Amino acid sequence: MATLSINNVRKQYGSVEVLKGIDLDLTDGEFLVLLGPSGCGKSTLLNMIAGLETISAGEIRIDQRVVNEVHPKDRDIAMVFQSYALYPNMTVARNIGFSLEMRGQAKPEREGAVRRVAKLLQIEHLLDRKPAQLSGGQRQRVAMGRALVRDPKVFLFDEPLSNLDAKLRVDMRTEIKKLHQRLGTTVVYVTHDQIEAMTLASRIAIMKEGVVQQFAPPQEVYERPANMYVASFIGSPTMNFVRGTLSAEGDRLGVSIGRERSGFLPLFQAPEQAGSWLGQEVILGIRPEAITCYDPAIAAGNPALVKVACGVNVLEPTGADTITYVELNGHEVVARIKPSDRVAEGETADFMIDMARANLFDPKTEQRI
Amino acid sequence: MSSLTSALPPAQGTGARIARWGLYLILLLFAAYYLLPLLLMIATSFKSPEEIRTGSLLSLPRDFSLDAWSYAWNRACIGADCRGMAPYFLNSLVIVGPAVIISTLFGALNGYALTKWRFRGANIVFGMILFGSFLPSQVILLPMAQTLGFLGLAGSAGGLILVHVVYGLAFTTLFFRNYYVSIPDDLVKAATIDGAGFFQIFTKIMLPLSLPILVVTIIWQFTQIWNDFLFGASFAAGGAQPVTVALNNLVNTTTGVKQYNVDMAAAMIAGLPTLVVYVLAGKYFIRGLTAGSVKG
Repeated sequence: MATLSINNVRKQYGSVEVLKGIDLDLTDGEFLVLLGPSGCGKSTLLNMIAGLETISAGEIRIDQRVVNEVHPKDRDIAMVFQSYALYPNMTVARNIGFSLEMRGQAKPEREGAVRRVAKLLQIEHLLDRKPAQLSGGQRQRVAMGRALVRDPKVFLFDEPLSNLDAKLRVDMRTEIKKLHQRLGTTVVYVTHDQIEAMTLASRIAIMKEGVVQQFAPPQEVYERPANMYVASFIGSPTMNFVRGTLSAEGDRLGVSIGRERSGFLPLFQAPEQAGSWLGQEVILGIRPEAITCYDPAIAAGNPALVKVACGVNVLEPTGADTITYVELNGHEVVARIKPSDRVAEGETADFMIDMARANLFDPKTEQRI
Repeated sequence: MSSLTSALPPAQGTGARIARWGLYLILLLFAAYYLLPLLLMIATSFKSPEEIRTGSLLSLPRDFSLDAWSYAWNRACIGADCRGMAPYFLNSLVIVGPAVIISTLFGALNGYALTKWRFRGANIVFGMILFGSFLPSQVILLPMAQTLGFLGLAGSAGGLILVHVVYGLAFTTLFFRNYYVSIPDDLVKAATIDGAGFFQIFTKIMLPLSLPILVVTIIWQFTQIWNDFLFGASFAAGGAQPVTVALNNLVNTTTGVKQYNVDMAAAMIAGLPTLVVYVLAGKYFIRGLTAGSVKG
C-alpha cells in the first residue's frame, strides 16, 4: 500500500509531445482509473509509472520516493497486461512464482506464496498447466496471480479485461473490485471502457491528447463534468447539448432555447458566474435520464422540475428503459423514459426536465460554466 | 497435416481422377529424376572395379561389397596422405560443431537485442547485418585471409570456425530477428517488472520459445558449413582441411585406374551428415519455416 504522486509529468517522442504535464495525486489504497480514447497517452503514462518508459520531465513518486530513475523491478509495482503476457514455456505455478524466483527466494517459500495466491483466485487446479491450455478467463486470473504474489505497493492494470467476452468481463470486473476491497492496495487502471471506469474507480482521470480533462470521483465526473468532452465521453446515451441564450425572467435566470416563450428553462441554483453570461450564448447539457414523462404528483414536490411539451420522434426500447427521441423547441434531445410511461411515436406529450441536474458550458472553450 | 488435406474439397468425377493420377505420374518422374544420381552413387559405391568396367552404369551391384567404403574411409590417398577420409571427416566435425553453435547463439542474441531492446539506430544496424547475407563469399576471401593472418589463426581449424561464425551471423541474425518480431513485447515488459535482466529474459523466456527457429538455423548452418568448399580450400592448410576439400583432392589426384567406387563412397561419406540431419529434423525445419506465418 502506498501513495502515488505524479507531478507535471511530460513525455516527448522527438518533437511530438504525448503527455503535456500530468498532475495526479493518489492517497493510500485509491483506485485510479485512467480513461480515454486510444492515443490519449493513458498507456504511456502507465508505462512510465511502471518504469518501462522514460520520463521526459516532471517526477513520479511512490510512497514519497522519487522513482524516475529507479528500475522497474525496484519500484515495488506489479502490472497486469492486456495480452496477459504469460510466459508460454512455463507452467502456471512458475509463471506466478517467476518474480519471486528472480528475486532469489527459496523454493519452499515460493511455493507457499504461489499456493496462497492460487487459492485466493481459485486457480489451484491449474497450477501444473501451461498457458496455452487455459481459457481466456483463466489466463486473466493467472495474470492477476502473477501481480498479486509479490504483494506490491501499487498495482498497474493495462486494459486487463478488453480481451474477454462481455459476460466474463462483467464477472472479472466485480472480482477486481472485491479484490481491491480486500487487499486495499493502490491501483492504477487503464481502460477506454466508461462502465469499467465508473464501477471500479475511487477517482477517474479522463485524458484527451495528453492532458487530464478532469480528475474526480466517478459520480462527480458524471454529474458535474468539467467540459463538454468529459460530458460526452461518460454516459450512454450521451448527454444532450442544446444551444441557447442565458436570459432572465423576473428574478430567475434561465436558458432560452428557440424563439417561443415556452423555450425558457429556468435554472435551479444557477452557478455563481452565470450572471455575467446574461444575454450570451451558452450550451445547456442535460442527461437523458433528467428528462422524464410529466407526472404532476412528482413535479409538485420538486421545484427544479420544469414542464415542457415535446413531440416524440423515435422510441428505442432497451428493456429497462425506453430511449425516446423528442423535439424540444426545434432541438432533438434524448430522454430516458420508463417503459410504462411510453408515448406513441408522432404524438406530443408533456415531459419534465430536472434542471437541478443541468450543466452549462461555454460554447467557445467548451468548459463548464 | 490430415486436417490440412481434409480442408480441401475432394476431387470428383472421372476427369478429375485422371488428372490426379497424371499429376502423381509427373511427380514420380520428377522424384526419379532427382533420386537417380543418388541411386547411381550408392549402387556404384557397392560394386567392385571389375563390375563397374563390365556392367551397366545403372545396374544394381551383383556382388555387394563394402570394400570401397572402408577403403575411402581409412586407406584412400588424399594427396600424399593415405589415411583416407576419416581424419578430414573429423576435421569437419571439429569445425562445424563450434561454428554452428556459436553462430546460432549469437544470431539468437542479435535477434533478441534487435527486436526487444530497440536502441537508437537498431534498424540501421539490422540493415547492415542483413547486407552481409547478400555478400558473395568470394568477396571476403582476401580481407579475411589478412585478418586471420593478423590474428594468428591462418590455416587452423580455429580460423575456419571464426570465418564461418562471422559469415553465418548475417543469416542467423535474420532468422531469429524475424522470429522474435512475432513474440509479443509484453512478455519482455512483464519479465522486466518481474525482475529478470537482459540475459535472464533471453535464457529463461526467449530461448525456450525458440525451438522451431533454432532447428531451422542449426540445419541451415550445419548444411552451409559442412558443404562449404571455398573457405575450407582457402583458409585451411594441409591436415586441417575439411572433408569437402579432401573429397576434391581424393577424386582429382588419383593415379592410374580411376576407382569410381571409391570416389562414390567418399562422396557419400562427405554428404551423409547433412542427409542425416535433414531426415532427423526435416519436419521441424518445415514447421520452423512456416512458424509465425499462421496463428495457433
